[in-house]
Amino acid sequence: MDAQHVIEVRDLHKHFGHVHALDGLDLTVDAGEIHGFLGPNGAGKSTALRVLLGILRPTSGWVRMLGRDPWSEAVTLHRDVAYVPGDVTLWPSLTGGETIDLLARLRSGLDEYRRDELIERFALDPRKKTRSYSKGNRQKVALISALSSHARMLLLDEPTSGLDPLMEQVFRECAREAVARGATVLLSSHILSEVEALCHKVTIIRDGRTVDSGAVEQMRHLGRMSITAELVGDPGDLRRVPGVTDVVLDGTTVHCQVDEDGLGDLVRLLGDAGVRSLISTPPTLEELFLRHYRVENGPQHRVATEVEERT
Amino acid sequence: MTTMPAPVSLRPRRAPGTLTGTTQLVRLCLRRDRIVLPLWVLIIGVLLPTTYAGSIESVYPTAADLQRFAVATAASPALIAMYGPIFAATPGAVAIWKAGALYTAIGVAVILTVIRHTRAEEESGRSELVDSTVVGRYAELTAAVLVAAGASIVVGTSFAFVLYLYDLPAAGSIGFGSALAACGLVYTGVAAIAAQLTASARPARGIALGTLGVFFALRAVGDAGTGTLSWLSPQGWSLQLRPFADERWWVLLLHAAVTAVTVTAAYVLLHRRDLGSGLLAERPGERVAGPSLAGPVGLAWRMHRGSLVAWSIALFLYGLLFGSAAHGLGAQFGGNEAIDEIIARLGGTTVLEDAFVALALTMLGIAASAYAISATLRLHYEETAHRAESVIAGRVGRLRWVLSHLMFAMLGPAVALLAAGVAVALTYGAATGDIAGTAPGSLAGALVQLPAVWICVGVTMMLFGWLPRFTPAAWAVYVMFLLIFSIGSLTDLPQWALDAEPFGHLPKLPGATFTPVPVMGEIFLAVVLIVVGAVGFRRRDLR
Repeated sequence: MDAQHVIEVRDLHKHFGHVHALDGLDLTVDAGEIHGFLGPNGAGKSTALRVLLGILRPTSGWVRMLGRDPWSEAVTLHRDVAYVPGDVTLWPSLTGGETIDLLARLRSGLDEYRRDELIERFALDPRKKTRSYSKGNRQKVALISALSSHARMLLLDEPTSGLDPLMEQVFRECAREAVARGATVLLSSHILSEVEALCHKVTIIRDGRTVDSGAVEQMRHLGRMSITAELVGDPGDLRRVPGVTDVVLDGTTVHCQVDEDGLGDLVRLLGDAGVRSLISTPPTLEELFLRHYRVENGPQHRVATEVEERT
Repeated sequence: MTTMPAPVSLRPRRAPGTLTGTTQLVRLCLRRDRIVLPLWVLIIGVLLPTTYAGSIESVYPTAADLQRFAVATAASPALIAMYGPIFAATPGAVAIWKAGALYTAIGVAVILTVIRHTRAEEESGRSELVDSTVVGRYAELTAAVLVAAGASIVVGTSFAFVLYLYDLPAAGSIGFGSALAACGLVYTGVAAIAAQLTASARPARGIALGTLGVFFALRAVGDAGTGTLSWLSPQGWSLQLRPFADERWWVLLLHAAVTAVTVTAAYVLLHRRDLGSGLLAERPGERVAGPSLAGPVGLAWRMHRGSLVAWSIALFLYGLLFGSAAHGLGAQFGGNEAIDEIIARLGGTTVLEDAFVALALTMLGIAASAYAISATLRLHYEETAHRAESVIAGRVGRLRWVLSHLMFAMLGPAVALLAAGVAVALTYGAATGDIAGTAPGSLAGALVQLPAVWICVGVTMMLFGWLPRFTPAAWAVYVMFLLIFSIGSLTDLPQWALDAEPFGHLPKLPGATFTPVPVMGEIFLAVVLIVVGAVGFRRRDLR
């Protein structure tokens, strides 16, 4: 296999009785990247991470992390892996500080200097018993332990849920620093702005299946640009340009959407007519996400139309 | 009347008070306990009285049989310690004799019920959600107390009814039923207090069950001796009501007074504290982990050390109590020729004392099994709380994680039983003036219980490995062992069913000769169960 791929998952299925939590998942993560694992709640993100950890046994499919089979070589593999679960539960009678050290020692130890620094940056009181911590503080304990460890692979399951925006910012810095140190991060999330701001690559899953995957930059090209232009003259009907949709004229200002192929033609046309100002916005993952989500609802729309036609 | 009722509603809405919502919470309790509650109500309230009352006529058909049985029992301080004295050679009094153990059993049931619906709810954070709705401050405690008290009364009523159906005198039937229900009420109050003391449910349960245990021991030692100590125990009062032997109804006033005091105290404590907190404030802890908290074993030690110390102390105290009560038991019965004769036939007072010690140690073995099961169940609770995931996500194999807990589940009871054995050896030896002579027997009697304790670990491990959702059903198996051990001989169960309990097979030390076969056999069985359970766990998904 390619040594560059730290995670390789092909056609992964995981069934719980009749429920198909994973139904043909593909995922490839390369060394040194922050990979976003994006999907709505219940899409199978946590199940996939737990298969990668060897906590769940795959029903079928090929799974390799750091070149090892997570189910049969779990212990060796876990030396190099730090995991932050989506819902962090801790031992109520231990303090936060004790838990950070314990979790790290269960892996391959931690960098004490970095731990102290992270406790400072995340503003955690490590002397409190974990039973008195809020969800956000429990999340911080797990994050500090993972980020101060020597792990080469960080598996983070919705790590910022429960953190306030300030702490979210701290987390983003820390994740970038981890990658700078040579670690690889797989970050599951349903928060698109987070993935957009932080990740190099993204894999979108729905109903346990990979629906799209690629560099965040590339994915943007797949989407439509949003154009807002203030015009001097009249460019005529913009809809005749192939690839242009959603044209709205508001006085001298025109808003429209255009795909990659039509962009050149549109800009030329607008330029000929005379432009006072031009704003183009790349598509957000939000739009990508909604597009995939709409596909899911497609059949229902069809049914609705059929009913309409019959009546 | 000075105020007019509101015209739209016949019953004007009361301002939300401290008890608002109690009815809904009672219904919630009943819904959540819809299996467990009917189960113990049926077992204690219907199944057991049917067994006791149904067996009496066939086992002791004549008055002479009853008389003989009563005298023989009176000559066995071990049996009296376990079940209490027989106060009259009437069918009723003999029928309910073994039911004396139920005063403690109902205590266990109500304690678990009350803590589950009070402190456990608070610890889980669900109380916060419930309290944020239109629910009064005292509603949760009130609901739990009402459910536990209600169940006790239903059990008592049903027990009395069944006895009466078997043609036993109404007064005695009602007497026993009320004594049973009254004991349930007292421990409902005890549990209500315990639930206010600690921030987490486990120690609260421990405090309440520990109190129950202390009162059981006081009653056991009291009844086996002069009887004075029994008056310090609610179980002792229930026995002293003497159903079917000229009932002493005034005893119920003691129960009533203690119930009133304990329940009131619980409300006072509840009034004084914040939701979620105990009475003791938390102190700041360590900033970093000490060197011992380095791996799964260090972590397991942190989780198990409290119960290990508590159980060792408890069993040690029991050992002191039983050991000091053993010597001189035979002498107290002097004067009654029939008893003297039985004692002589059995082999003299030493045999009697040894049998008492052996039975006391078996009871401690059964108690240690409860400790073993609860320690093994840590595996289950760590897994369902997803904390096991955090450990196994480290470089810790599944087997190593399992062993880190099993170590304490298997060796913890050994330490506690050893403490009990030492205590018995000291006090029993000191009383007889022959420590060197009695100590080996006492220690052996304590440690010989371990194979049965480990079988309980094995059963739990088996469930954990193969039927993880049903791991707590280990308690049902434990209760079954307990029932077969204590009342199996009264029933028509076939021999194989009577043999399906690990405690009775072990040599009864001191006194009997040591037989290696059952000991080795049970150790082998325990190891097989544990290994097969561990294999199951390695193969399955984490939940």
